[in-house]
Amino acid sequence: MEHYTMNLTLKVWRQKNKDDRGGFETYPVKNISSEMSFLEMIDVLNEELIREGKEPIAFDHDCREGICGMCSMYINGRPHGPWHQNTTCQLHMRAYKDGDTIVIEPWRANAFPVIKDLVVDRTAFDRIIQAGGYISVNTGNAVDANAIPVEKDKADAAFAAAACIGCGACVAACKNSSALLFVSAKVSHLALLPQGDPERKSRAMNMVAQMDKEGFGSCTNTGACEAVCPKGISIENIARLNREYIMGAATAE
Amino acid sequence: MKWSEMFTSSVGKKWVMALTGIFLILFLIVHVALNATIWANDGGKMFEAGAHFMGSNIVPRILEVGLMAGILLHIIQGIMLEMQNRSKRKKGYAVAMGNKGSKWYSRSMGLLGTLILIFLIIHLAHFWVPNRSNQGWLLGPEISLYEEMKEVFQIEWVVVVYILGCISLAWHLLHGFQSAFRTLGVSSKKYLSLLQAMGIGFSVIVPLVFALMPISFYLGWLK
Repeated sequence: MEHYTMNLTLKVWRQKNKDDRGGFETYPVKNISSEMSFLEMIDVLNEELIREGKEPIAFDHDCREGICGMCSMYINGRPHGPWHQNTTCQLHMRAYKDGDTIVIEPWRANAFPVIKDLVVDRTAFDRIIQAGGYISVNTGNAVDANAIPVEKDKADAAFAAAACIGCGACVAACKNSSALLFVSAKVSHLALLPQGDPERKSRAMNMVAQMDKEGFGSCTNTGACEAVCPKGISIENIARLNREYIMGAATAE
Repeated sequence: MKWSEMFTSSVGKKWVMALTGIFLILFLIVHVALNATIWANDGGKMFEAGAHFMGSNIVPRILEVGLMAGILLHIIQGIMLEMQNRSKRKKGYAVAMGNKGSKWYSRSMGLLGTLILIFLIIHLAHFWVPNRSNQGWLLGPEISLYEEMKEVFQIEWVVVVYILGCISLAWHLLHGFQSAFRTLGVSSKKYLSLLQAMGIGFSVIVPLVFALMPISFYLGWLK
């Protein structure tokens, strides 16, 4: 693809801290290379802001390889920007052309309060995982990994669910701010494997209970989460979670 | 886990919506099938016999109580869920996501449900209320529902409201039919694709047949 440079107008959500009301600031950025990543473009803008003695834009990022789940950003009305199954860090500026205006907002959900600018607090996800997104393993010698046979189809489905990086784009995209795609990916990943089987009922119940406590909404099956998920997690997992939950809830004393 | 805890969790509430939704879908089958007898071309005799049976026999009368409970539960739970879900994002987006990744009707179940509710109130006032209050064993002679239909469906705005009600129902079902089964836990691609196809068929055929009823009377196809 041919290399080109572009000038853009960015409208970025700026908010000093969680109590600040916040608002949009407009920044013109010049000579942006089509080969830069989206975050590199923000880096360039931030360098400039620092040179001008202004506060740089705070945003979450870590691996910049599309695997850690740290980056967020709701870009022109879509979490992680316009590309399918892609994280913001893997979005490249060739997605845009000279003269474009890009509106950048943080994830919006009561359960994900803004800490600063584009950074939101996603520790609600950690607490949901702590409520049941694990398997209990006895100490001692590690069991041979292949000691328990796993059906290939189930192993594949579990692996596909395990691809969730917990970025929260599903919540950001959902009209109800529901976290069900995230929770269902974690529940499915473990419920499909023999190692996760013993705790499957309590896991689904406890994770749903924590999810409700954190203030996420319920699922309407609109499919918006699946459409924006950078890892292509399927909403079939949500149906599986619904089943896991009710089986657990109906049989638990 | 207590029943109350189970059905008040976010997933449990959706189970209530799905179960009552499927119950109402089953009711629609009975309703549309019985009403289709207006096209028997016998001046409404078969329809009247059916209407009389449904109104006088103890079994449908008991089922009717269940139906009313189901409708109320679906409406009240639906309104509560809609309000709760809307409150989960106090600060919204400047640029809406719109149709990127979801269909408008899947995001508008509350609105479509409200339109159906408005239609339902008008519909009950036209037929159910006069019919039930005049049922032989209650207050007076049974009214002829066929004659009532003939009369009511001469009024233009009523026909328009009924058609709009059927269109709202079609969109509501187009999402609700398959969504209900997802909520109940059907996760297999094999069954979901089957249910999706059934849902599309049901959402088109049933509201269309319903809409043809006022149209048939209005255009004088039925005497």
